[in-house]
Amino acid sequence: MKLLYLTITLTLLSTALLAAESPVELLSANTDIQDKASLRRGAYLFINQCTSCHSAKYMRYARLARDLEISEEEVVDNMLRFGATKISDTISSAMTPDAGEKAYGIAPPDLTLEAKYRGVDWVYSYLMGFYKDEKTTFGYNNRVMNNVAMPWILASSQESMSEEEFSRDMRDLTNFMDYMAEPIKPWRQNFGKYVIIFLLVLLIPVWLLKREYWRDIHGLRSPTSV
Amino acid sequence: MSLLTRKSTDLLHWIDYRLPIIQAFKTHMSEYYAPKNLNFWYFFGVLAMLAFANQLLSGIWLTMFYTPTIESAFASIEYIMRDVESGWIIRYMHEVGASFFFIAVYLHIYRGFLYGSYKKPRELVWLIGMFIYLLMMAEGFFGYVLPFGNMSFWGAKVIMNIIGVIPVIGEDLQIWVQGDFFISGATLSRFFAFHVALVPIILIAGIYLHVIALHQVGSNNPEGIDIKAHKDENGIPLDGIPFHPYYTVHDLIPVVLFILAFFVTIFYFPDGGGFFIEPPNYIPANNLSTPDHITPVWYFTPFYAMLRAVTITFLGMDAKFWGLIVITGAILVLFFLPWLDRSPVKSLRYKGRVSKAFLMIWTFCFIGLGVLGIKPADWAPEWVSPTFTIIYFAYFLLMPFYTRWETCKTVPERITANGQRSR
Repeated sequence: MKLLYLTITLTLLSTALLAAESPVELLSANTDIQDKASLRRGAYLFINQCTSCHSAKYMRYARLARDLEISEEEVVDNMLRFGATKISDTISSAMTPDAGEKAYGIAPPDLTLEAKYRGVDWVYSYLMGFYKDEKTTFGYNNRVMNNVAMPWILASSQESMSEEEFSRDMRDLTNFMDYMAEPIKPWRQNFGKYVIIFLLVLLIPVWLLKREYWRDIHGLRSPTSV
Repeated sequence: MSLLTRKSTDLLHWIDYRLPIIQAFKTHMSEYYAPKNLNFWYFFGVLAMLAFANQLLSGIWLTMFYTPTIESAFASIEYIMRDVESGWIIRYMHEVGASFFFIAVYLHIYRGFLYGSYKKPRELVWLIGMFIYLLMMAEGFFGYVLPFGNMSFWGAKVIMNIIGVIPVIGEDLQIWVQGDFFISGATLSRFFAFHVALVPIILIAGIYLHVIALHQVGSNNPEGIDIKAHKDENGIPLDGIPFHPYYTVHDLIPVVLFILAFFVTIFYFPDGGGFFIEPPNYIPANNLSTPDHITPVWYFTPFYAMLRAVTITFLGMDAKFWGLIVITGAILVLFFLPWLDRSPVKSLRYKGRVSKAFLMIWTFCFIGLGVLGIKPADWAPEWVSPTFTIIYFAYFLLMPFYTRWETCKTVPERITANGQRSR
């Protein structure tokens, strides 16, 4: 029996070890979804840079204002754009999918869930992954997505900034995209510990109750004939 | 006696005169005698029932907000996650709950393997249980299609195409089930109907019958000792204890632990590390973009690996057809387990070495197939999954022989002191 349990454990362990593999070496995003300042910076970056081509059609401005503690006036005055008129609107893009397809051969994807779809490390590595490559038509490429269709729109800011500043910006942007993919995530990670503590405390009376009831069972003497 | 107690007793008897609730409580709880030596493997039935209740409740709430159309199914999930008050936790309870239900049920079934719970007189309990397992697979499949993400779509397509390979009737059958020539709005809305009405109704009936059949014959135990063989003058098994209050308070501990694990997952790993929600399901269904590798959710992967293990064309039939035969056989063979096991003893504790070794190898292969089903087809050498599949079947098909020939230990007459195993 013990051998059986050992086999199961070993099988599961080896499975877990084998699971850790990836075709492209990804950078570690190291984002902190509880860092509201980072999320706010990321939100501005997203809205100023990404929305020219990409929408985030499930993300409402009002939610963003509430969660990231940006005043509604600020959001209405400086963030709403491209057809969004009310704070309850979602983040739209300047470009229609058809126009995007004409321009780049592929419609720029909606980015609301991108961080969930690709993973946070992938998004960060992608944003950091553009480099000059004379072999391609446009003279640039991307480390995690070969022959990338997206223009290197960050080229100018990447050149004008120090390596450190740029990677901080990209980290903030990645962080925001992680939040945007699941706006409840920072809250649930915070709140979860109370649920766990409650259940752990509940275990005590439950365990005592069992012990109390089972006292008479353990006290039962079995027939000596066995 | 206070007025309130008297009134409530009166009410109880008023009802009982018309509906036998007191007798039902006695039969199934306070005078249902369970062996006193049940160990942790016996938790999972209760836990599965709890997980099922969670699926029913969270599911009802989800139907209030979900839209079963291809245009808005995906968006309605995001609506639940973002705009519906507490919608996110209801959705996660349903999504994580499905996997927890399967975890509990797999361990519950495995308990049956260990202690021979399927053997006489519990054959019907086992058969009904297997029927429930089959229904759960259908339920899980239909449910996974509903969010209509890209993996939902391609998963559905793969499964529906398997139906299509059945000779003669396959193509018509596929169209009949899909309600269209491809996975479309018609498919989605009928899968919704199956998922929220048809299958759950049968599941409820199945689980009810499972419990009633069990209580008719009584619970098995890790020793495989028949506790009804020794009764006191009142007809109460000497080694039995009333299910209520002993096992009700006893089971509260695993229940709390299960809920704890459940909420740790919900609050910290709601995607189950990509196993409960696969990343491609975060983009809407797209018939022009196939996911890198199409994998079903983890609870189907052993069977998926078997399906892929078959690569030969035989008797003029496509390999896919033989794959279908293999997975159908793999599930059907489970139904015959009570008659395949010819051992004089129930529990593995008293079975011979062959049974023990074979179950160990089988377990390794079944889990191994589960891993293979998650990985791309070229991940392991070609011979691995066919070999594991053959061992899976060999365990069952050779069972009538090795269980009869091996020497077993003698099962004691009674459960020994404190319910510990006898040495």
